[in-house]
Amino acid sequence: MKLTILTIYLSLFTLVLYGQVDSSLFKRTAIDTTLAKGMNMDAVYNRPFLNMGKLPVSLGGYMEADYQYMGEDGITEGHTFRIPRMTLFVASSIHRKIKFLSEIEFEEGGEEVAIEFAAIDFNFHPMLNLRGGVIMNPIGAFNQNHDGPKWEFVDRPVAATQMLSATWSNVGFGLYGKQYLKNWAFGYEVYLTNGFDDTIISNAENKTFLPSSKTNKERFEESNNGEPLVTAKMALRQNSIGEIGISYMGGVYNTYQDDGIILDVKRRLDVFAIDFNTTLPTLNTYFVGEWAWVWVNVPSSFTQQYGNKQQGGFIDIVQPILRRNIFGFDKAIINIACRLEYVDWNVGNFKETGDSIGDHLWAIVPALSFRPNAQTVIMFNYRYMQQTDILGNPAAKIGGIQLGIASYF
Amino acid sequence: MKRLFLVSVWFVFGACERIIPESLLEEEVLDGPIEGLSKSEQSQFLAGDIAFNEVFFEDNGLGPLFVATSCGSCHPGDGKGHPFTTLTRFGQTQPNVAPDLTIGGPQLQNRAIPGYEPESLPEGVPFMKFNPPAVTGLGLLSALTDQQILDNADPFDLDGDGISGVPNYITPPDYFIPQWYHQPFNGQFIGRFGKKAAAIDLLQQTVGAYNQDMGITSTFEPIDTSTGLSTDPEVSDQTIRDIVFYLRTLKDPIQRNPNDAQVIKGKQLFTDLNCSACHIPEWTTPQSDIASLSEKTFYPYTDLLLHDMGPALDDGATEGSAETYEWKTPALWGLGLSPGSQGGAYFLMHDGRAKSIEEAIVMHGGEAEQIKNDFVALSSEDKAAILKFLESL
Ligand code: HEC
Ligand code: HEC
Repeated sequence: MKLTILTIYLSLFTLVLYGQVDSSLFKRTAIDTTLAKGMNMDAVYNRPFLNMGKLPVSLGGYMEADYQYMGEDGITEGHTFRIPRMTLFVASSIHRKIKFLSEIEFEEGGEEVAIEFAAIDFNFHPMLNLRGGVIMNPIGAFNQNHDGPKWEFVDRPVAATQMLSATWSNVGFGLYGKQYLKNWAFGYEVYLTNGFDDTIISNAENKTFLPSSKTNKERFEESNNGEPLVTAKMALRQNSIGEIGISYMGGVYNTYQDDGIILDVKRRLDVFAIDFNTTLPTLNTYFVGEWAWVWVNVPSSFTQQYGNKQQGGFIDIVQPILRRNIFGFDKAIINIACRLEYVDWNVGNFKETGDSIGDHLWAIVPALSFRPNAQTVIMFNYRYMQQTDILGNPAAKIGGIQLGIASYF
Repeated sequence: MKRLFLVSVWFVFGACERIIPESLLEEEVLDGPIEGLSKSEQSQFLAGDIAFNEVFFEDNGLGPLFVATSCGSCHPGDGKGHPFTTLTRFGQTQPNVAPDLTIGGPQLQNRAIPGYEPESLPEGVPFMKFNPPAVTGLGLLSALTDQQILDNADPFDLDGDGISGVPNYITPPDYFIPQWYHQPFNGQFIGRFGKKAAAIDLLQQTVGAYNQDMGITSTFEPIDTSTGLSTDPEVSDQTIRDIVFYLRTLKDPIQRNPNDAQVIKGKQLFTDLNCSACHIPEWTTPQSDIASLSEKTFYPYTDLLLHDMGPALDDGATEGSAETYEWKTPALWGLGLSPGSQGGAYFLMHDGRAKSIEEAIVMHGGEAEQIKNDFVALSSEDKAAILKFLESL
């Protein structure tokens, strides 16, 4: 399966490249891919693609590589080099109003191959588009806007990947639309997809953990309970102020019946998120962040090890400090940045003592980034975090440096 | 430019030691192996450490009925646990009588995986609650001979100090293999582990914990607690051996600031008050198959014997030959580190009812009644010294 996908992709690439000796045939769509441009919902298309002459197929992708030296309470695993992911995009215009886009991700050096996105979009009206296939559920902003080159940080936000389950994609259908009015833009998205499963409250993480469902590849074949997951998002953008989005995702997660035999009551999962981004006028300071709340119906006869409420989020502050020709890159930018993040995987109190349940983490990540052009970033991060166990014992202190590169290609 | 490069190299590689958060002092953590293990022993210790923290969930065998999801959930960082994982035993009201299994005993599985009903306590049955103890230094205690333990027993208080001390004689499970240091009596063996010393050795404690605390069956304990029927083993013999090895080779807690004047004074008062009659400070192991455990002197502050602790601590239920009011003297090593694993607070005595060391002492009754009264009568300075000493353990 992995191999087939890889072969298809590589042959597509060679096909397009072969015979293109005349490099003038290539056209690179030069889009500014840094976060501040475009609506968040356009993120899948707002990427640089390589077009070939009149061929209606465009290709693209990005890759991330990093080095880190991290340690916990004085114990370090030493120096580590990783390629967290490499992603390939193939897009094609089937018709002026029908588009196809796919995003295949190779994680951890090819250990994991995942279809993150593979959908066909039909445009009937700006306010009415139909999308079907493997879609990225629009919960918060990061899930749809996760490409490494867009961020100044080596690690993805903990709340987005370890509480919400970025990148979270599923098979389904839905509608979206956008309306522009002078400096304003309004967008909405509504999808029905397959959803989560029982592993979110039964897993080796020993905590309510939405990303557990990502290991269930069967969700691309069939729903585990026949109950669609609803994801809906509304966003409003004012070009000189910024964008704010509110989103919701929810549905029954457990396999409450099998073969017509009732196994359990229907148990719901509900997520609500707010995201925003804005750029300060003169200073050009850029802010982006999101916060989400998760509610999970955990049977009361189970264990409070698995929380029924979670919350968390992050905010990134990015300040460009230098914008000029550096080392021959004529529009290079140097940014200083800082990420603050927090996740509480188990909001509530112990039945036994009434004391508050721990299981939370916070982190601060000062960063320096060098962007030789809009598509590429070199990052230098210092990460410091404190993680508290479920009982609220003294926190583990984790810290270290991370160096990373990420680029579209 | 060259300088900048050199500075960066220094920053990345040279400063690494300072970049990662500081390590905790060896004496401030309970986890870690005893000194002097060979390389192969170290790797078995590591395998045991991993198994001790393995999380169980439905797919790898949790439950269906259980109390907690890993050994490490109840004994966090190998230390004492929190009331969140306190467990309940019931059904056995008379010593030397097997528990009434028809009502679901001996342990209450108060939690169940989704779709199953947890157990509830049968109406009117006497029960006792156990807050998880620390599991450190147990290899040293298990290396002692039964004779060493019996040397301190004084069932009829022949020395007239008001303190008797009796072993708990336990009928061994069929997988039990007696060692040279065991001394049976009428086919029963002396229990050393657990609040009432109901487990003879660390293997019995471990397979019991898998089975009763997490609903994990093994070749040793193949009966599933929810159905009462045997199932395929959910944990391998090797994993159980690794855990037992881990428990045997976990280091004994290291005393902090033993040379502090107040600590030295407190230690003297502890002996003067005769707390040490039960909380015996010093022991020495005989030869052991693990070199690091051989002929080692250590300081657990226990006699591993049962004592009458008075009516306030009598919960009405029992195990083995222990009476309802009898409890094993708990080791006091690592006592001061308890809040670090109990969520920042103290939960002491068998069920965690004491919220401070002082409260724990004042709850002593029965054989310790007089000594408790002597403690209460001390000046506040002297009391503070004893508490400081106990916190340093
Ligand atoms: C539900 C919580 C819980 C779980 C899970 C649990 N324990 Fe325990 N443990 C306890 C309690 C409570 C005691 C005291 C039990 C008694 O008196 O019988 C105890 C006692 C012990 C002791 C004896 C300590 C002493 O000083 O007497 C050892 C050793 C031990 N546990 C090891 C383990 C191992 C190994 C596991 C995993 C296989 C485990 N425990 C899982 C709660 C737990
Ligand atoms: C007669 C024997 C005996 C004497 C004497 C005695 N203790 Fe204890 N001690 C015990 C027993 C048994 C327990 C456990 C009782 C329980 O779990 O309910 C205990 C528990 C404790 C605890 C709580 C430990 C824990 O981990 O929960 C402390 C602290 C303590 N004793 C200190 C002292 C001090 C200080 C003295 C002297 C003033 C003293 N003891 C005298 C038998 C004794």
